[in-house]
This record gives sequence, C-alpha cells and structure tokens, in this order.
Amino acid sequence: MKITLEVWRQDGPRDAGRMVRYQTEVSEDASFLEMLDALNERLETEGDRPIAFDHDCREGICGTCGLMINGVAHGPRDRTTACQLHMREFTDGDTIRVEPWRAAAFPVIRDLVVDRSAFDRIIQSGGYISVSTGAAPEANLTPVAKPVADAAFDAATCIGCGACVAQCPNGAAQLFTAAKVSHLGLLPQGQTERWDRAVAMVETMEAEGFGSCTNHRECEAVCPKGISIDWIARMNRDYLSARLRRAGRR
Amino acid sequence: MSLDGLPPAQVPGGPLADKWTDHRDHLRLVAPNNRRKFQVIVVGSGLAGASCAASLGEAGYNVQCFCYQDSPRRAHSIAAQGGINAAKNYRNDGDSVFRLFYDTIKGGDFRSREANVHRLAEVSVEIIDQAVAQGVPFAREYGGLLDNRSFGGAQVARTFYARGQTGQQLLLGAYQALARQISAGTVTMFPRSEMLELVVEDGRAVGIIVRNLITGEWSRHAGHAVVLATGGYVNVYYLSTNAKGCNVTAIWRAHRRGAFFANPCYTQIHPTCIPASEEFQAKLTLMSESLRNDGRIWVPRSEGETRRARDIPEGERDYYLERKYPSFGNLVPRDVASRNAKAVVDEGRGVGPLANGVYLDFADAIERQGRDRIEEKYGNLFEMYERITGENPYQAPMRIFPAPHYSMGGLWVDYNLMSNLEGLFVIGEANFSDHGANRLGASALMQGLADGYFVAPYTIANYLAGHLGEAVAVDSAAFDAAESETRERVERLLAVGGTRPVDVFHRKLGKVVWDECGMTRNAVGLERAIGVIREVRDEFWSDLKVVGSGAELNSSLERAGRVADFFELAELMCLDALRRDESCGGHFREEHQTEEGEARRNDEEFTHVSAWEMEGPGDWVEHREPLEFTAVVPTQRSYK
Repeated sequence: MKITLEVWRQDGPRDAGRMVRYQTEVSEDASFLEMLDALNERLETEGDRPIAFDHDCREGICGTCGLMINGVAHGPRDRTTACQLHMREFTDGDTIRVEPWRAAAFPVIRDLVVDRSAFDRIIQSGGYISVSTGAAPEANLTPVAKPVADAAFDAATCIGCGACVAQCPNGAAQLFTAAKVSHLGLLPQGQTERWDRAVAMVETMEAEGFGSCTNHRECEAVCPKGISIDWIARMNRDYLSARLRRAGRR
Repeated sequence: MSLDGLPPAQVPGGPLADKWTDHRDHLRLVAPNNRRKFQVIVVGSGLAGASCAASLGEAGYNVQCFCYQDSPRRAHSIAAQGGINAAKNYRNDGDSVFRLFYDTIKGGDFRSREANVHRLAEVSVEIIDQAVAQGVPFAREYGGLLDNRSFGGAQVARTFYARGQTGQQLLLGAYQALARQISAGTVTMFPRSEMLELVVEDGRAVGIIVRNLITGEWSRHAGHAVVLATGGYVNVYYLSTNAKGCNVTAIWRAHRRGAFFANPCYTQIHPTCIPASEEFQAKLTLMSESLRNDGRIWVPRSEGETRRARDIPEGERDYYLERKYPSFGNLVPRDVASRNAKAVVDEGRGVGPLANGVYLDFADAIERQGRDRIEEKYGNLFEMYERITGENPYQAPMRIFPAPHYSMGGLWVDYNLMSNLEGLFVIGEANFSDHGANRLGASALMQGLADGYFVAPYTIANYLAGHLGEAVAVDSAAFDAAESETRERVERLLAVGGTRPVDVFHRKLGKVVWDECGMTRNAVGLERAIGVIREVRDEFWSDLKVVGSGAELNSSLERAGRVADFFELAELMCLDALRRDESCGGHFREEHQTEEGEARRNDEEFTHVSAWEMEGPGDWVEHREPLEFTAVVPTQRSYK
C-alpha cells in the first residue's frame, strides 16, 4: 500500500521543528514501526538523517515507543501501542501525521523522541513499598483476596509510556500516578505507607509541571493497557484523606 | 585447548545441599559504616541489574547504575510472560528444592555447574517472598493464597505468575526498589547511557567508559567492582524475540579485555513464537510457553494440506508431541519442542500462508474450561496474537514457530559470580552459569533475581572486604587508553563512508547464523558459516554508511557498534559449536542424534564448560572447566 507520511522533524530541544512529507510503500502486514524502519533505511541510503523515534521491545510491554498518529496517542487501534499497530489498520493512499508526545513535562529531545524522566521521579518520590532485600516474610502469610489482587494487577499493568499525558488537553499525569498509587494502596503490603505515598507522588507530579485533571477521560481512551480513570478518583480520595489525617495530627 | 589458565571455580566443599549456606557463613563482610566507602558500578537495569543495584544500595554501598533505555523500567526482562519457578511446594505435589534443582540440571542436559544450580533452587523460595512483599500482584486463588501453574520440563506446578505479564510485574518490583534507593541517594542512575568499554588495570576491572546516547558525550566511571547485568545476545540472529536494543557489547568488550566467554554456542530457540510473515520483519514475537499448558500442538498428517484448521478432521491431525512424548506431551522442554516443530515443517507439513508454522490449538481447552477461564489465563496473549496476525485465536488455532529467545552462554564466572577478571561480576543472562545447554521455562526470571537479590550482594561484599581503604580514580593511564581506543572505534564506524546502512549487514549476518548455528548445526555448515561471517564482516567495515556524527543522538551509530561486536561473537559461536562435537540441549549437532532423532551427548569427551579466551582478532584459546556431578547421574534426557 502507498502511504504519505507527515513527520515532525526537530534537530534538538532548542531548535524549531517542522512537518516533513515522505512517500512510502509498505505491506499491510508490516507494523507501523517497521514502516518507519524501512523509511529510515531509505533515508540513510540517500544520505539523509533518519527519523529519531524511541522503541525497544516491539511487543507493547516496555512502554518505550510513543507516537501521536493522526493526533491520537499510539494511533487508531484501541489498547494498542504504536509498536503493535499494523498497517492493515490503514487504507492504501492514506496520509498519516506522526508527531511526538506533546506535553510541557515531556520536552522533545529530537524528532519523535521525548524526555519522560519526570515519570521516574514520580515513582522515586514514593511509588514503592519499603521492603529491603531479605526483610520479607513468607509469601503466603498474608492472603490477598482474589478480587483485590486482580484489581491491584489491573492498576499495575501500566507500562509508563506517557500516552495518557500526551493525549490529555492539560498534559496531566493523573492516570499514570493514580495507577501506581492504587496498585500499591490496594494491597495489604502497601498499607503502611499508603497515605504518605499518595501525598508525595501527587506533589511530585505537580512539581514536575504536569497539568491538572479536568475529567476529559482522553487518558483512559488511549491507554494501551486500558487503565481505568476510576483509579484517579481513588487517588484523589487517598490524597484528601491523607491531608485530613495530617491536619488531624497537628 | 588449555587445561590451565582458568581460575578455580571456587565451588565450596561439603554436601551439595549445604554448600551455599556454609559458603555464605564464611564469606567476608563489610561493616555497615564502611560500605559507603565503596563504589560499585552496575551495568544494566533488568531483573538482575536492578535487583543487585537496589540491594547494594540498601546495604549502604555507593552504586552507579547504567542502562541504554530512557528508564530502568524498560529493560527487556519486562517482556517475560509466563512465570517464575520456586520450590515452595504450595501444591503439595511433591516439589522440593532438590526436585527443582534436578529438573533444572536435567533440563540443561547436564552441562551446568551442579552447585550453582542447587543454590538457584534454594534461593528461589526467598524470591517469591521478596516479590510479594514488594507488592508484585501474583495470581491468587479465591482463598487469597498464591496460585501456581505448570511449565515445560516439570511434572509439578511450581510456577508463580501474574497473568501473562510476570516479567513486567517482577521488573517493576525491582525497579521500584531501585527507585527507592535512587531517592535515598545510594544509587545514581544513568539512563540513555551505553557502556562501550571496560577498563582493566593489572587484571582487575576498575571502571567503564560510557557514551551518553543523547549528547554523544563520553564519561569515565571508576568503581571498586563492576557488575555486568546486560542480558543476552540472541539479537546476533537479527530476528529474535529480544528487544531491538538488546546487544552483546558490554560483555563482548569485557571479553576483549580478557574475560572468558563460556559456551557461546548454547542459545535457546523458543518453541512458541509467531512465525515470520514477511522479509522486512524487524523482530519476532514470543507467545508464552504457559500456553502449552492448555494448547495442543499439531500439524496435518499429510503434506501440502490446504484446508482450514477447523476443517481438518481429528483423524487427519498429528499431535506429534503427545504422540512421541506421552508423559510430558505438549510440555516437553523448549529445545525438544522446537526441534520437533522444525522437523514437521521441514517435512512439508507446516501450516499458514508460508507453511512455516505449527498449530497451537485451544479448542479442547475452551470446550472443557470455558472461554472465560481461558481468557482469564491468557487474555493478553490472545489479544497480542490477534493484533499481530489479524486472526482470532479463540476461533482458529494459533500458528507458532520457534525463534531465538535466550542465550545460556555468557561470560564465565566462578561460584561467586566473578569472572576471571578480578572485580568483574557478571549476573543474570549475561553469565553462563545456571542453565547449561538449555534453559527451562520460568527460570530466567528466577536466575536474574537470585543473582541480583540473594547471591551477588554477598559475594560482592566478600570481594570488597579485601579492598577497604583503596581509592578509585578515573585519571589513570588505563582509563586514558580505554577512552581513546573507544573513541577511535566509534570514529572508525563513522568514517567507513560506504553505501549501505547497518541493518543490511545485520540481516545478512543473522541469516548465516540462523541457518548454520541455529536450531541444528553440522560441521560442514559451521565451517562454511565462519567463512561467510568473515566476508560479511569485511563488507561491513568497507561499505557501512552511518549518517550523522558521534556528538548527537544517533541510533544508527549505536546499532553499528553493536553489530560490529555481533560479527565477532558470531564467529566465536560457530567455533564453539564446531568444537563441541556432540549434541546437548539447544546445541543439536546433526551428526550426533539417536535413532529417534534425540540429542546424543558425549559425556566422556564433553562434560565440561568451554571458556574462550581471546588472543587476538579471530583467534581464541579454549579453556575447559570439567563438570562434576555428585547428586545426579547424567542420563539421556527422556520426556517420553
């Protein structure tokens, strides 16, 4: 199939960017990134700088890839990362716009590559259970009801790709943050630090320059793991409870 | 071959079951107040690297951790689907540390070090405890206790799992432990950083040379110990289930600086992957082996079958694994399952548009257990299959075929996981130690975490204890030389000035290695392969084209450096495969098979580890570490 691509090209963080048009021919069984691979191979052969884009596992689990495809994070297919998107989702003759994640907290590094280190800093501020190696009790000492374990798992499937932020009109990171707050806050093992964790992670999220959540639900719609915005409500409740508890202690 | 030159393996004496406990009791310690005086470098942030860096940080050492990804959470451990083994015996089905040890050493076709494997089985139980305490959401039963499933090569259910995303959940557990230490200031993290050289001074690893992948800037890092946790090398085949960035460079650079490379020809071809569909394909996708619990593998009885799977009557199907191996059936070990798939495809009984797959059929399981139960167990895998192939596996069987997946070979290490270079520790898939000639399913996660959480922190402390008070610095002649050589190498890649981009050469290399040193090997093919690899390597160095410079984000340059190292590794793989004139596990020499087509080992001549020392380009010396078995008797593996 023949595809016209319009791709965001930007040399560096401080350079101006522009959309550049490319004609490609690709099989419908190819993945979206394989199409970019083939285009890059052609550009290089011709002596042009290839398009920089992040990718790694190509199985939809590492969370490295992330492209705005026709204005939608990870493209048109539900619950699918860009690397798992195949060209059969498109039609011969289509024009496809490819842009990087757009968010103040994710500055562009080059072309389609952005800096998502703010996510790591949110996790570092409290997205863990403090148990040092060797300090763990026997695993079956603490039963976890299956529905609770399953819910924690659902929240824990976040791959940290940043689609939620990229799609949000406010560039908010509530879904990402809430998924981790909820995963750990649901489990008995995570109770001790539950309240402090919620406060620390929310405050880091805000300090990193992410926007505010105004319930557009775009994040949920594009999340490749289908993570629910219910977790945001839960995080807000935990955050408020934590603030009240702190106020009560004073 | 050389019988000397290999340092002792440091396997402790005493009964097998007591070795690790006794050894640990006598390892040297570093007092808590002295730990912050040590710098430890950890390269790689997968299960092994992240767990090791976090554990060392918790203990109080100063750790610098490096990864090429933009975040440590993205290491390829994340893609492991099926599960992690542990000898908990929660099923009351007769499991024990000894049985896990036995299954693992038998699965490895008696080509691994007995004491290491036993230790792995021992610490397996601690890993589950640690992961659960971190909040890893393993599958649970309705009573709230942990669930298990069975996996290839075992007759007990000892595999813990988190739907089809066990690697992701375990890695996030380790990543979060690492994040906690980064926050505490004990670990400094360097993402988007690639180690391009090991610095060795007087036979001792003292640091690394790193290139920042965004800016191209070079930096030097010195440590009292260097830990390589950089994963495996099956991207040498170009098409594999590894992430695109997985590479051999860190361990290959160490090899070039004197570290011995052990059993490079032991690679694992995973039986359940989605078959390649077209020429341009960039990678292969694995479907968890756990699918073999409920899926039945079959091909049509006759060649050239054109009917759809559902239209082929039961009597005209060949469930070849169930037929040939009645006790293990579809759950035979990976190497056996892979070779059998290749055999039926070679016979012309392959399925799919390119006749390059076999069926993995869930119709019976769906009928027996209901679609909901199957969806609960494998939902994400079924979805992934559907996304890639456009076919619905609830309605028609999956098509699968083997693909390169894991490397059992790696840098040689002693019982303390230290290479022959003092101060250089190698953990996880990057070392050679625990899986012999074939790795059982659900044991890669186990080994990565065993090494990182429960072995290396003790043995590294033991090493460091002898170096208290020593300063480390990056302004030595060894660092100067290493940095300038590395910069020159990168400049050479940029200066070739040819006409073809790097992937062209990688694909060519991959095809040779897959054809001649893949699922089956023979002497004639291996000799031919070495010649072809050299030719393609010469082409690479004379016709490579890398656009751009070294002072910027340049992924072609990154790949070119990795492929240059793969060329050298490929030659050593073939040499090792040639020298190992027997079949064992994943190394199947066509000359050595039983009448039934099973691998025939030659224990008299090959019960050893081949540890290769590089003398110069294309020139290696083999050292041999004899393998001794005290608790098991090597037998021909039988899964019938």
